[in-house]
Amino acid sequence: MRRPGEDVPMIEFFQQLSNGLAVGGIYALVALGYTMVYGVLKLINFAHGELFTLGAYLGMTLLLSFGLSGILGPLPAVLIIFAMITGLVGLSGFVLERAAYRPLRQSNRLAAVVSALGASIFLQNAIMLFYGPNYQVYPEETRVTITLSVLGLDIPLMRILLFLASVLLMLAMYLFIHKTKTGTAIRAVATDQGAARLMGIDVNRIISLVFMIGPGLGGAAGMLLGLYYGQIRYDMGTLYGLKAFTAAIIGGIGNIPGAMLGGILLGVAEAMGAAYVAPAWKDAFAFLVLIVILIFRPTGLLGERVADKI
Amino acid sequence: MYLELCDLHVKYGNVEVLHGLNLRVEEGEIVAILGANGAGKTTTLMSISGLVRPSSGGILFKNKPLHALPSHRVVDLGITQAPEGRRVFGTLTVLENLRLGAFTLKDRQVVKNNLRWIFDLFPRLEERRSQLAGTLSGGEQQMLAIGRALMANPEVLLLDEPSLGLAPILVRFIFDTIRAINKSGVTIVLVEQNARAALKLARRGYVLEVGMVAMENTAAALLADTAVQNAYLGGAETRPAGLS
Repeated sequence: MRRPGEDVPMIEFFQQLSNGLAVGGIYALVALGYTMVYGVLKLINFAHGELFTLGAYLGMTLLLSFGLSGILGPLPAVLIIFAMITGLVGLSGFVLERAAYRPLRQSNRLAAVVSALGASIFLQNAIMLFYGPNYQVYPEETRVTITLSVLGLDIPLMRILLFLASVLLMLAMYLFIHKTKTGTAIRAVATDQGAARLMGIDVNRIISLVFMIGPGLGGAAGMLLGLYYGQIRYDMGTLYGLKAFTAAIIGGIGNIPGAMLGGILLGVAEAMGAAYVAPAWKDAFAFLVLIVILIFRPTGLLGERVADKI
Repeated sequence: MYLELCDLHVKYGNVEVLHGLNLRVEEGEIVAILGANGAGKTTTLMSISGLVRPSSGGILFKNKPLHALPSHRVVDLGITQAPEGRRVFGTLTVLENLRLGAFTLKDRQVVKNNLRWIFDLFPRLEERRSQLAGTLSGGEQQMLAIGRALMANPEVLLLDEPSLGLAPILVRFIFDTIRAINKSGVTIVLVEQNARAALKLARRGYVLEVGMVAMENTAAALLADTAVQNAYLGGAETRPAGLS
């Protein structure tokens, strides 16, 4: 016989864990974009958070227009639009690289950083001008509002779908990078651009590709967030971008499995901090995790100092 | 003419490092490029590979201009390089490194055949195929760098200091392998500090001094040249003429 009070802390724990995993999945997807771009260009794409926001807004617009969910039913509509968003935001990333980064490839590092910050401000304001400064709401019928009760846990189905979607995308990403010829070429460009060119790899094409994949995943994450929370705002990319960037650093910037691990870890740590310490300290907790990890592992959890290239 | 560098000028920023270099390579031969550090040997190879752009002058391969092409087109045309310092991809496996060498090839069967060829040339690489390249010894990394450059089936192989930092026995093995590669029909341009070994292998040689060709002759003639002996071969190998 179990006494009723005994299980409550455990239930509370798993409840928070499921929430942390869901949010962590979003962080991880966004972190992948930071880490991939950093890997090939040694550049932090500060506009990445805004591409995440763009994904959320374009997703909303597409869900509201064309009446796709009326014709096909909500679920197929969401899936189709999800794929479209990945492509559209990927395309935006491609254009961003051409416009803001490629012309500065030969100039010093600071110029590219300033350009990245400029692109971020530009995109955020463009979204605000177009959609307005207020919260926008995702159409209710496209959101899954069922809550499952499993072993005393109340888990929204959307949370499970969100986590599954991010895990699937990450898995696809991992297989692409490690099992395909193009993926190997991306890793080669990240290691030594000059040597990659000697192999006959068109480095510019690889960079363009990375600027499509990273933002594509970021945009997908933005739409997932919209579906999960139901409301979005033009400036949400700043905080989510910063958190995902933190996740990328926790995992070891430039390291793809590291970004996934860092994202999930950050999401869980944040949820636990909010539940057991104080909800208001949620964000502070995220950065505390970063500081602690960097003290003990300056190159991040999976980042290693690669032996000098002699 | 097979491969020809005409009046090549190359600048890094405002500093010119090649001041009108003229060099030619004939099909099927081994050409050695000698010279002190900073003479422009590596820059010459990097210009051919398209990683460095000449400020004036040109590079012709089978009478087609090479100097305006992006580096991946140069590989397409059949010129590959095992660069100075080997530059293997340390976080990739040996096999992944080799497969990247064949990046421009579309035919899987050709890639498979080339891989077999490389593993026959360097059995050590086959033993270590799943190992990360960064964990290989210096000699094995050099084998990988050469093998990787051969994976694209090149007509011309550019080798930059293949013997650097290797034990004498390995140096001999690498040079024997270079000879075998050449015998199989690959033209070779060899940059070396080990001038004696390079000249013994090569048919012709060039001596570079501060970005220009100071001497050009058959390898045998350069080996016998007293100026070359004193500057690059550490004095004469044979006893002085009066005693022989």
